[in-house]
Amino acid sequence: MSDNGSNGTGFIGASLKRKEDARFLTGRGRYTDDINLPGQLYAYMLRSPVAHANLGSVDTSEAEAAPGVHAVYTGADMDHVGGIPTGWLIHSKDGSPMVEPKHPAMAVGKVRHVGEIVAIVVADTGDQAREAAALIDVDYQELPAAASLAAARADGAPLVWDEAAGNLCYDWEVGDKAAADAAIAGAAHVVSIDVVNQRLVPNAIEPRAAIGNFDPTTDGYTLYTTSQNPHLTRLLLGAFVLGLPEHKLRIVAPDVGGGFGSKIPHYAEEAIITWTAGQLGRPVKWTSDRSEAFVSDTQGRDHLSTATLGLDEDGRFVGLKVSTQANLGAYLSTFGTCVPTYLYGILFAGPYTTPAIYVEVEGVFTNTVPVDALRGAGRPEATYLLERVVDKAAAATGIDRVDIRRRNFIREFPYQTPVALQYDQGDYDATLDLALSAADWDGFEARRSEAASRGRLRGIGISTFIEACGIAPSAVVGSLGARAGLYESGSVRVHPTGSVSVFTGSHSHGQGHETTFSQIVAEMLGVDFEAVDVVHGDTNSIPFGMGTYGSRSLAVGGTAIYKAVEKVIAKGKKIAAHLLEAAEEDIEFADGNFTVAGTDRSKSIGEIALTAYVPHNYPEGLEPGLEETAFYDPLNFTFPAGTHIAEVEVDPETGVVELVGVTGADDVGRIINPMIVNGQLHGGLAHGIGQALLEHCEYDSEGQLVTGSYMNYTMPRAADLPSFNINHNTTHCTHNPLGVKGVGEVGSIGVPPAVINAVVDALSPLGVTHIDMPATSERVWQAIQAAQAQG
Amino acid sequence: MPAVTMTVNGVSRSAQVESRTLLVEFLREKLALTGTHVGCDTSQCGACVVHMNGQSVKSCTCLAVDADGAEVTTIEALANGASLHPMQEAFREHHGLQCGFCTPGMVMSAIDLVNRNPDPSEDDVRHWLDGNFCRCTGYHNIVLAVRAGASAMGGAS
Repeated sequence: MSDNGSNGTGFIGASLKRKEDARFLTGRGRYTDDINLPGQLYAYMLRSPVAHANLGSVDTSEAEAAPGVHAVYTGADMDHVGGIPTGWLIHSKDGSPMVEPKHPAMAVGKVRHVGEIVAIVVADTGDQAREAAALIDVDYQELPAAASLAAARADGAPLVWDEAAGNLCYDWEVGDKAAADAAIAGAAHVVSIDVVNQRLVPNAIEPRAAIGNFDPTTDGYTLYTTSQNPHLTRLLLGAFVLGLPEHKLRIVAPDVGGGFGSKIPHYAEEAIITWTAGQLGRPVKWTSDRSEAFVSDTQGRDHLSTATLGLDEDGRFVGLKVSTQANLGAYLSTFGTCVPTYLYGILFAGPYTTPAIYVEVEGVFTNTVPVDALRGAGRPEATYLLERVVDKAAAATGIDRVDIRRRNFIREFPYQTPVALQYDQGDYDATLDLALSAADWDGFEARRSEAASRGRLRGIGISTFIEACGIAPSAVVGSLGARAGLYESGSVRVHPTGSVSVFTGSHSHGQGHETTFSQIVAEMLGVDFEAVDVVHGDTNSIPFGMGTYGSRSLAVGGTAIYKAVEKVIAKGKKIAAHLLEAAEEDIEFADGNFTVAGTDRSKSIGEIALTAYVPHNYPEGLEPGLEETAFYDPLNFTFPAGTHIAEVEVDPETGVVELVGVTGADDVGRIINPMIVNGQLHGGLAHGIGQALLEHCEYDSEGQLVTGSYMNYTMPRAADLPSFNINHNTTHCTHNPLGVKGVGEVGSIGVPPAVINAVVDALSPLGVTHIDMPATSERVWQAIQAAQAQG
Repeated sequence: MPAVTMTVNGVSRSAQVESRTLLVEFLREKLALTGTHVGCDTSQCGACVVHMNGQSVKSCTCLAVDADGAEVTTIEALANGASLHPMQEAFREHHGLQCGFCTPGMVMSAIDLVNRNPDPSEDDVRHWLDGNFCRCTGYHNIVLAVRAGASAMGGAS
């Protein structure tokens, strides 16, 4: 076996068809809402229709008497349990800890956003529960709302929390302010830009669901839930909210229909459903409908930012300052506090050698749904701001947009940025060259002229970017405020006849882990791909797990599996040495066979496994069995990088933007399954294009969600998107044995600025210098009108 | 409660339902055919698409009583034993699915497209799928799969 897992069987690097597809294609997937338990009752959550109110009386008597109703509970009934916890403690500039109010599972005293849970009704049927909930009489004593960043930070703004003056949760910083100020003061050119990174709704197509069950014979609880990280949910729900020990709380996240960050957090509904099942001694099921999802799933982005970039006379970046307000919503979700800080501020070097960088972020409470991770989580917001100010710098200095990027690329690795990260490897020129060629950048002006002849404004935009995946290591993130480790576990069980079960703490909700991880194990052990199965999503089966988010599953979870296989092989060598009457150090393992070096004497992995379970002729003192577990805590993040190019045509009469081409050249590290990797890139691109052109979650000044359904929140449809031109240049991560990086979030990070840079390029002949996302036809038309009025 | 009788996946099924019971609720809750999914409540996402009398319908926007006497086909009935329908096979071959939640509706909708238009262009496919959301794939591979599936169904020259 080579030092990166390759055993010559060809599974790694092959576009094998996915193991999981057979069940999904035939309707045999098993999602949470597909599960029904004997004696199951149905829950309905009564949610606040107002954004901010003192909660007066909540009269549930009529509802309790309604047909089929078993129970109605309110915040008062659950007030004795712990609050829904936050996973990351942020400290402000002055060293003080963030304001961290208790987040009750159901509202107590006040409601703070539309959609907050006020009561739960449990009945024989879902319809009965819903109808009974309408009979609950709630006295909402309405208060003025702080429904946006601007409103929340204004003088005299209504306070979401009395203890958070100015609605400020924290005032965080990273980098060297004095150095950045000095660099910008001495710069030959200084450019600034203000951008809005609009709020988005994640919108996994499977709505969230939960089924709680209590077994009085064991005092054990089971929760089936739509989670990206069942062990994390067990930890937060068990240890912090309900006070249940791990061995009495089983969390099952079966097939999960997409997550995109919105199924990371531990949600109040999970606590309420589990607790209610215990109260009633019956299984209780809750399934969100889409309208409910819009006001209860965590949302993403929502920043107001200013960036100032200083350049020398040659166009080299000398200093960067960023000031951001980040909307956290009314309550602090699981990773809500770290997304706009440690997943955002530390990205501002990008692929560039900017020597002085300073980033400050105000985390702000508002009367809106909590904000947490959404595909990219902080990194899209940073990349968008950086790549917009770089384009503006190109325009201000007259330096070509490609050239100015190339002049500033990092080329020596490892590279220590001024904002904490140390990049281990990359080749930014290679992905840039590849993208320029694949998109025919040089031929663009001819296409622009041809479009002009049709009355269309054509534009091209570019973004060069890095990513940071697989946040790590645990000791460092712990020192920065993380309340969990960020390792992963993997177990490899070789059965007596040589088939293999793999148990991973990663969770697949579309990523294809059952296939990719099988490829790694089959290649390393030299067994058939079909001889390997991957088990995930059940805390009773898996040793432990931190779950799937931040493009960590392959780099962290895959490496844990790799290390468990290494242990299996090491034990196998001991058994083989005994059977072959050779020294252990003389045993070599390749292609599924343990061989005495330099001889043809060998034993297959199957023979070794059988011997391990039928240890009649066996090494003295060695434990029987062939099963190993590894926990892997990475030494560093991984750093995918790439170049994205977008080409658009604008109809100046209507403002409609047609996206005519999207090209990506990406370095996502070593590729295990190219088909799956390209699928991840496609999905990320669609998400990023959705942000750039279509999606916008909007509240009115009273905190009512204006875009509360698919009728008015614009999801990307097939006809909104082109086919994608995907290209790869690969450098290997230097600090994990597979050389892998991450891919799931690349598109949503890299492409939004490329699209907006293209739209601005198309409109630049009219004098337009910026347009905020989403570049809808109305906004583009308004920008054209404004530019023409000025011109 | 009214009684309904319909042929679902070739088998006659009868049940008493409330007048307001949706076809998708009938399929999922009365018949335990959970391959048909619900992703929204405004008839936008298409995860619930089934065939009724040979044509695709959103089963979230159809009452069970409206399907009385109809022939209904769901995703569960497409494969012939271990042999996938050509459209299912094309989705597998071209990685036209990730989390799988939108997939049953996509496949049922795609088959109806090919029944109407045996050789759809990329543009035809993208516009036909207007009523089916996918948040995972960016539609790129779905479009490839539907066109390959059309070819395998014998429509394309």
